[in-house]
Amino acid sequence: MSSPRAIHTEALTKQYRIGVRGYGHDTLRERITQLASEPVRRLTGRRTPPPEGSILTALDDVSLDIEQGEVVGIIGNNGAGKSTLLKVLSRITEPTSGSAEITGRVGSLLEVGTGFHPELTGRENIYLNGAILGMRRAEIRRKFDEIVAFADLERFLETPVKRYSSGMTVRLAFSVAAHLQTEILIVDEVLAVGDTTFQRKCLGRMGEVANEGRTVLFVSHNMSIIQSLCQRGIFMTQGRVVEDGPIDGVVGDYLRSLETLVQQDLLERTDRRGWHRIMVSGVDVRRGDGANPATGDPARFTVTTTGLQPGTTCRITVLSHLGQPVCRMESGNSSPADHTLAAGAADEPAQFVCDVDSLMLLPGRYRVDVQLRGTHQIEDELESALVFDVEPGLVSGRPVPSDVSGAGVVLMDHRWTVPAL
Amino acid sequence: MPMSREAGDDSAQPVKTIRLAPTHGWADLRLGDVWEYRELLWFLALRDIKVRYKQTVLGATWAVLVPVATAVVFTLVFGRLAKISSDGVPYAMFALAGLVIWNFFSSSVGTTSLSLVSNTDLVSKVYFPRLCVPIASMVAAFVDFLIASGVLLVAMAVYGVGGGWRMAAAVPFALLAFAVALGVALWLSAIAARYRDVRHVVPFLLQFGLFATPVAYPTSMIDERWHVLYALNPMVGVIEGFRWSMLGTQTDIAVPVLVSTVVAFVVLASGAAYFRRVERTLADVI
Repeated sequence: MSSPRAIHTEALTKQYRIGVRGYGHDTLRERITQLASEPVRRLTGRRTPPPEGSILTALDDVSLDIEQGEVVGIIGNNGAGKSTLLKVLSRITEPTSGSAEITGRVGSLLEVGTGFHPELTGRENIYLNGAILGMRRAEIRRKFDEIVAFADLERFLETPVKRYSSGMTVRLAFSVAAHLQTEILIVDEVLAVGDTTFQRKCLGRMGEVANEGRTVLFVSHNMSIIQSLCQRGIFMTQGRVVEDGPIDGVVGDYLRSLETLVQQDLLERTDRRGWHRIMVSGVDVRRGDGANPATGDPARFTVTTTGLQPGTTCRITVLSHLGQPVCRMESGNSSPADHTLAAGAADEPAQFVCDVDSLMLLPGRYRVDVQLRGTHQIEDELESALVFDVEPGLVSGRPVPSDVSGAGVVLMDHRWTVPAL
Repeated sequence: MPMSREAGDDSAQPVKTIRLAPTHGWADLRLGDVWEYRELLWFLALRDIKVRYKQTVLGATWAVLVPVATAVVFTLVFGRLAKISSDGVPYAMFALAGLVIWNFFSSSVGTTSLSLVSNTDLVSKVYFPRLCVPIASMVAAFVDFLIASGVLLVAMAVYGVGGGWRMAAAVPFALLAFAVALGVALWLSAIAARYRDVRHVVPFLLQFGLFATPVAYPTSMIDERWHVLYALNPMVGVIEGFRWSMLGTQTDIAVPVLVSTVVAFVVLASGAAYFRRVERTLADVI
């Protein structure tokens, strides 16, 4: 019952020379010396050999076979190689070694609205963006009305996109992408944008695409979306495929791996983004008395950092166990009720503390993403920095049952008035 | 990434297989791919043309204004004050013809050398033959050149200079200018992907080039002994040839045109080869 192959890769490997970029250059002088000496060294061919540890293997010996019509979800933490795999398969960059064979036209959506030009009108951008994604002019013309109707922007076709709201731009961009008729579709977490109604519409559309017998490669951090769209899952860690099989099993193993991951010392984790002049060294959530958090009780989130940079802000995102974002708390978004506390020196550990009066999460398992930002750049971003369980508790004296399947993730403090005989 | 095709055009959806693998050395130019993406090329050029004069009061009039105003200044400074000779045609016409084609060269090299950098989002997020970007940018600049050439024709009629069968030869000279500019821009845009220094070098190079090219003065002012060396600057042959065909100047253009054509194609071929070499890992370094 094997159908023809759509994608076949053999020992696909991609390495990047990272040098000191992103980590070093603490002073302008260092940067200038490096800039001045590098072209000379390159021109004379006397390249200094890359120092130890300066080669990043983003994809390591990946061999895959994907059949036509399969819908495959690719799962993994930051830096696992998911995006690099998509980039190599969409021909944006060449592999360092190994090879891939792809049968059929590939449409890749690594970003929504690539190539949109703010000065051009909606109509012009539909044609431009369609062409960029690889559609033929005749094809775009044929689908034009459908695209416009899907985006629900008939009235703004002749308006320059710079006058659109960001939601409108995303809608237009996605509907062009959604009408891409390639045999293979490569999608990288593009659904994380846009309003919820439109998101649902897009998901519906993705589902349709999947049912049309086209091959789809899909990357998302949201396991519930992945589980609802894909039959097969590929779990990647550090550039390698560690598991490949039916989606439910792979998602389960991925979630279990997150739990072991958080046992690890946070400072030793490499799946992080940012400049890393300061880093998250610990994340915790406790009830006021130090016990595990419970629904309805006060909770205190604590983020410990290795130091401080001027203007550092901290952002905590709570996600359901499956990766659906639930709520976000940002210290940069200040309120008069916030406090500041004098910290030690810039290189001494500091703590961001976020107090919640009454935790409105239903009992269950959650995870936390943490981001530290300086004034202009991300200093450190760590996904799944913490996995925690919320225990059943009381909300305004009302017990919250421990079995909450089908009840959502949040709770609202409420009061009933019931008719009685 | 070499590709092998098992079927032809994909609009009728016969499925083809492509093979992705690392390439080494000087890869072939894959001009066939560029041809396959000609519609994208067209849309990118259209974008550059449309965007160029958006939110300007004068719009495409700028394409006319710049060479005309410069010609006026040149006429006053070099024609009247310095009394530079102009190969037997009125100095104003001499300068205008030179400027129309020089401005095409300088504006196209100026924008195209940064075209990859300014399209970083495209290059790092979608696949298409990267050659489409600089070529589209050149096409957009060429439109300005066509408008400016129209003005030159009007001025020729007013001054009663030039015309006749020789004007047909202006077309190959314009194409030669395109080839020179594209060759230079391919080199610069590929270098700019890694070294942003290009942004600072280009304006200087263009300013320098204006003096090393017979725009404000005729080649005949230079000692005969140096003509071949001088024509190694490919724009020398282009401008002398363009004036010869449009204004009917009585100069011997055989040597500069021959030398410049050879240099132009060397620059273009090497530029394209270097560009392809950089293209392979462009998304990683840009």
